[in-house]
Amino acid sequence: MPMQKKKFQSGEGARYVTRRAALNKLQLSLKDFRTLCIIKGIYPREPAHRRRAQRGKSGIHILYLKKDILFLLHEPMIWKLRDLQVHLNRLRRAKGMHQKDLIKRYANTIPRVAIDHVVKERYPTFIDALRDMDDALTLCCLFSTFPKLKSIPPNLIALCRRLTVEFMHVCIAARALRKVFISIKGIYFQVEIKGQAITWVIPHNYPHEPQKKQEVDFYTMATFADFYSTALGFVNYRLYHNLNLYYPPRLGSYNAERLEEEILEENETSDRVAALNLPLQKTAEDVEDPADAELDLDTFAVDGDESKAEEARKEYEKVRKLKKLFEGLKVFLNREVPREPLVFALRCFGAQVSWDETTFPEGATFPETDETITHQIVDRPDLEKQYISRYYIQPQWVFDCVNARELIPVEKYFIGTPLPPHLSPFTVEYRTQRYVPPEEKALTDPSVIVNKDQELLDEISDNDIEDIEDDKKESEDETMDADDEDLDEFDGEMTEEQLAEIKRKKMKVELGMPEVINKGKLRREHNQMKLLKEKMIQKKYRNLYKSMKSGRMKREKEIKLLKYKRRIHERTSVENKRAEIRARRAQAATLM
Amino acid sequence: MEDAQPAEEMNGLPPAEKANDYVEYEAELDTSDEEDIRNTVGNIPMNWYDEYPHVGYDWDGNKIIKPERGDQLDNFMEKMENPDFWRTVRDLQTGQDVVLSDKDVELIQRIESSKIPDSTYEQYAPWIEWFTSEVMNMPIRNGADHKRSFIASRQEAQRVERYARLIRAGLLKTREQKRREREKKRERSFYMMWSTDDAEDQHMRRITDHIPAPKRNLPSHAESYNPPPEFLFNEREMRIWKKQEETPWKRKLHYVPQKYSSLRQVPAYPKFIKERFTRCMDLYLCPRARKMRLTIEPEDLLPKLPSPKDLQPFPTIQSLVFNGHTDMVRCISIDPLGQYLLSGSDDMTIKIWEISTGRCLRTIPVGGIVRSIEWNPNKALSLVAVVADRKLLIINPGVGDHLIISKTDSILSTPPVQETIVSDKVKAVVQWDDATPEEWENGIRLVLNHFKEIKQVTWHGRGDYAATVMPDGANRSVLIHQMSTRRSQLPFAKSKGLVQSVLFHPIRPFLFVATQKNIRIYDLVKQELFKKLMSYAKWISSMAIHPGGDNLIVGTYDRKMLWFDLDLSTKPYKTLRLHSTAVRSVAFHKRYPLFASGSDDRALIVSHGMVYNDLLQNPLVVPLKLLKEHEDCSDFGIFGVTFHPTEPWVFSCGADKTIRLFT
Repeated sequence: MPMQKKKFQSGEGARYVTRRAALNKLQLSLKDFRTLCIIKGIYPREPAHRRRAQRGKSGIHILYLKKDILFLLHEPMIWKLRDLQVHLNRLRRAKGMHQKDLIKRYANTIPRVAIDHVVKERYPTFIDALRDMDDALTLCCLFSTFPKLKSIPPNLIALCRRLTVEFMHVCIAARALRKVFISIKGIYFQVEIKGQAITWVIPHNYPHEPQKKQEVDFYTMATFADFYSTALGFVNYRLYHNLNLYYPPRLGSYNAERLEEEILEENETSDRVAALNLPLQKTAEDVEDPADAELDLDTFAVDGDESKAEEARKEYEKVRKLKKLFEGLKVFLNREVPREPLVFALRCFGAQVSWDETTFPEGATFPETDETITHQIVDRPDLEKQYISRYYIQPQWVFDCVNARELIPVEKYFIGTPLPPHLSPFTVEYRTQRYVPPEEKALTDPSVIVNKDQELLDEISDNDIEDIEDDKKESEDETMDADDEDLDEFDGEMTEEQLAEIKRKKMKVELGMPEVINKGKLRREHNQMKLLKEKMIQKKYRNLYKSMKSGRMKREKEIKLLKYKRRIHERTSVENKRAEIRARRAQAATLM
Repeated sequence: MEDAQPAEEMNGLPPAEKANDYVEYEAELDTSDEEDIRNTVGNIPMNWYDEYPHVGYDWDGNKIIKPERGDQLDNFMEKMENPDFWRTVRDLQTGQDVVLSDKDVELIQRIESSKIPDSTYEQYAPWIEWFTSEVMNMPIRNGADHKRSFIASRQEAQRVERYARLIRAGLLKTREQKRREREKKRERSFYMMWSTDDAEDQHMRRITDHIPAPKRNLPSHAESYNPPPEFLFNEREMRIWKKQEETPWKRKLHYVPQKYSSLRQVPAYPKFIKERFTRCMDLYLCPRARKMRLTIEPEDLLPKLPSPKDLQPFPTIQSLVFNGHTDMVRCISIDPLGQYLLSGSDDMTIKIWEISTGRCLRTIPVGGIVRSIEWNPNKALSLVAVVADRKLLIINPGVGDHLIISKTDSILSTPPVQETIVSDKVKAVVQWDDATPEEWENGIRLVLNHFKEIKQVTWHGRGDYAATVMPDGANRSVLIHQMSTRRSQLPFAKSKGLVQSVLFHPIRPFLFVATQKNIRIYDLVKQELFKKLMSYAKWISSMAIHPGGDNLIVGTYDRKMLWFDLDLSTKPYKTLRLHSTAVRSVAFHKRYPLFASGSDDRALIVSHGMVYNDLLQNPLVVPLKLLKEHEDCSDFGIFGVTFHPTEPWVFSCGADKTIRLFT
C-alpha cells in the first residue's frame, strides 16, 4: 500500500507559515523579527485560499511565504542582532551593578549592524532603487524636522537632513523637478530621474508634535528611516557621480588652498550646503549641461509608430523649455516665505535666489536693495517700501508657473490680491471619469472663461437668475431619479387629437410639417432595450457589472454634486457683487 | 510680635522679670553637668508619654508629673489676661510653660528675618590684610633658591617626549579625538553600489516573487491649500463627516478640505506623523497579493446580441383592450383560425370576443371559477374545453362557420356505444355527463365531473384527446379524456409529486408532465418515461413547447424562464431572468420565432427565440420588447399570454379584468 498523503504537506498549506511559526523557526523575538522584516523588505502575503493556507484554521492570521522565512534564516544580520542583544544585556547588567568603567566600555562599543548589502539585495538595479525613493524621501524629510527624541538614534536625524539636502542639490543640478503642489499636508515635489517619477512631501513648518504611544511607534519608524537613509545615501552617491559632482558635495566657491580634510570636516549639515543656493563643484568641467542634452529621438520613430514619436518629441521639447523656465529671473524672498521649498523650486528652473540674511545666515547672494531684482516674493497683505523695478508677488505664482510650464501673468498674484485657486498637477493621472474644475479646463483650453462674474454682472437680469434656479431644480430632479423615466414627458409637442384633426380636414395642399420626433419616447425605448440587454448578462459577470455600474453612478453623483456646489458658489458671489454695487450707487446718490 | 514688643516694654510687668529670672536660672543650670538634665528620658519623641501622667524621670529616678493643664476656657482666659501669653512656650521635656526672655525673642526675630543670629557680630568690620596682595620688593625668606627651580624637570621632559612619540605614532589620542573616531566608525560611508543603471547581479539571492508595494495616491484638487470653492465641504458634508467620527473608513476623504488665503497661514498638518507611521506599518504588515486591474468598461460585459430592429416583426404597441369581465381574467385562448378570442374569468363566466373589433359576442356562465380554457386545435370542430372548479365543460361556442357548428353538434348529440366497461377506478375519478337542456342552450355539450379541483386542460394536436390536471389528485392527478369514445384514462399508477401542468408534443406521441421541480416526458405509445428534465427551479408555473417540438420554455414562480433544448441536454440551455417577480405564463408563436412571458410585475416580455434546422447551431434568444400596460391589482399582474396563430400579435389577460392585444 502506498504511503498516504497527509494534509497540508503540499500545496497552499505548506507554502505559508504564520508569524508565530516564523518566530519559532528563526528563534527571534518579535521586535528583532520586525526589524529584520523591515530592513530585508519581507512582508506578509495574501493567499488565494486563506482557509487552506491557514491549514484549516478560521480567523485571519499573518501569513508569510515559507520561502521568505527560509531566506531570512540565511541572513547574517540575524547573528548581528543576537550579538547586539547580548551586548545590550551586558550593558544593562553593568548599569544595574553601577560598574562605571564597564558601562563606559560597553556604551562605547555597541556593535553596528551593517545593512549595506541589503540595499543591493533589495534593489538589484539602480532603477529599482529609484522606484522606491518616494517613501524614503518623505520619511527622511519628516525625520529631518524632528527634535532629539529618545527612541530615535541621535545621529539619524542629522543624517536624514544631510541626505535630503544632498538629494535636493542633485535635483537642482540635473534640473529634474517637474511638478509641485502645495497641499494642506505639505509641499509635494515630483522629480523625474532616469524616467522614474519620484514624488515626496516636505511637511509645513513645525510638523513634530508629541504622539500617543498607542498611535505612533517611533522605534519602528526609526528602523524604516535607518534603511531608507542608507538606500538614499547610495542613490545620492550614484546620482552625484552621474553628474560628475563631488560626493559629499563641495560648493563651487571652493578654493584650492583649503585642505580637503577641512572641507570634509565642514560636516554634513553645513548651512552653506543646506542653503541650496550655491552651485556644486564638478569633477570634470567639460561635461555639457544636462538641460541642453540632446535626446536621440529618431530611435523612437523606428520602432514605434509615427504619431507616438511625434508626441514624444513634443513632450521632450516642452520639458526642455520647462528646464529653463525661470532662467534670467532674480528673485528675492521675504522673510515670511518658506525659504527652502521656494529656493529649491526656483533654482531647479534656473532662477537666481536670495533672501534676508537675518532669516538664514549663509548663502544669501544679494541684498534686498539690489536694483536688478526682477521679482520679490512676499506673503503679507502690504509692504511699506516698494521698488518700482520689480514685481511683488505671492509664492503661489512660482508653483503655478511650474505646473503650467510657462511664466503666467503676474497680475493675479500681486501683493494683497485674493489668489486664484491652486490646482493639483497630479490629477491628469487619474481615470477619465472625474470632475474637472473650470480653472483646470482653462489651462488646456483658453476659450473657457473661468471668471464669469463680470459678464454675469453685466448681462444677468432677474429673469436669468430665475432660469438658473429652474435649471437647478431640474438637475436636482435628475439626481433624484435614477432611471430618468418619469422626466421625459415634456416633449409631446403633438397630441393625438391634433393629429386626428389634421387628418379629418378636407383634401387640400397644406404646408408640410417636419416629422415630430418624440425624444422622450425614443430615450425610454432605448433605456428599455438596455434594461433587457442587461438582464441577459452571464451570471458570472452579473455582480461585476453591477458593481461597475454602481461605481460609475457614484462617481457621476460626485461630479454632479461638485458642479452643483460650483453653481451655487458662483450665484452667491454674483449676488454679493451686485449688492455691493447697488450699495455703492445708493451711497453715491445720497452724496449727490 | 513687632507690635507686641513695645506693649510688653510699656507694661514692664513683674511676671516678665520673673520669667527672666527663670531663664537665667536655666542658663545657670545649663552650665552644670549634674543638674542640667532634669528629665532623664533622653532625646526621644515625647508623645510616647502622652498616655501617662508623668513625662519622665528626674535625676533621682522620680517621676516628673505633668503639670495641671486647664481646659480651653482656662486657656482662653489665660490668653486674654496674661500679657506674656504670646511669648510663653511649652517645654516638652518637662511639660512646664516657659516664658521667653527678650533676648530669646530677639534671637528668633533675627533668624526669621535671615540675619546673622548673633546681634553683636560686626558684619561690615574693616578688612584686615593679614597677607598683602601687593608684590613685595624683598623676599620673606632669606635663603637662595635651589638649582632645581631654575632647570626644567628631566622626568617631565621624558614624559612629554613619550607622549609626543605616542601621539605621533597615533597610539595616544585625546578624548575629543577618541569621540570623533567613534562617531566616524558609526557613520555610514557610501560608495558606488550600482555600476550601471539596470545591470542586475544574477547570483544574488532575492525575495521570491517580489510584489512591490503600491505607491500612495497622489493628491487631488481637494487637498490643495487653496482649492476651487466647490471642493470645500458644505454644511451637509460637514455633518456627515462629524457623524462618521467612529467609522472613519467610510469617509469619502480622509481629511477636511481647507482654504487658506495665503501660504503663511497654512499650519502644519496634525496627522502627518500618524499618516507616515500608518504607511510604514502598511509596508511592513499589510499582506500583499497581485490583483488584476480591470481595463474594461461595463458595456463590454453586455452580451453581443442582434439589434431588435433586425428581428422584426414583433408586437410593439398596445392596440386593443377587451373590457367586460367583472373579475380578474385567468385564461385566454384563440380559435385555430385566429378570428375569435375566448377568455375565462373569476366572475364564473367565459366570454367570446371578436378579435378584429374587440366586441364581446357571447357570455356563457359556467358556474365556477374558470382556471383554464383551451380551443380545440382541430379546425373541423368548433369546441372549447373549459375548466370550472371540478368540472370540465366541453362547449360549442357557436361562432364562426355554421356548417362546422352544426356538424359538431350533431357529433356530440349522439353518444357513442360503450364497448368496454369503465373501470371503477376511473369511475371514481370522473363521470361523463350530458348537458341539461338549459346548459345545451348555453352551448355546453358535455360535462366531466372530476373528483378534485382541476387546474389545467390541454388538447392534443388532433383535437380528440384532452388532458386535465388536478394537482391534489396524487397518483390520479393527470387524466386523459378521449372525446370520440367518451372514455377517460389514468395514465400514471404512481404519484410523482405536485403536477403543475401537462402538455402534448405537437408531432410525436409524447406527454410532458411538469411537477413542482422537474419535467418528465412520457412516451405514450411505449408507455414509459422518455426523459426527465432538471429545472433547478423551486416551483414551475407553466410551460410551452416550440412548434418544432424540440425546444421547451418553462416559466417558474422564482422569476426565471428556462429554455430547454431537448436535443442538447436535460439541463436548461439558457436561464432567463427577465422578470422581477413570478412568471405566470409563457407562450410560443406558431409561425414566427417569438415567445412571450407574462409575470406578476405586469410586464409582458416578447423575445426572439430562433431555432435553427442546423443541429450544430444553438437557438438564439434575444429579448425584444417589454410591454407594461396592465394595471396593478392586488399584487397580481398578468395571468395568461397567448399568440395569434398567424399574425405577430400577442394577447395577455390580467388581474385588472382586461385583455390586451399588442400588435
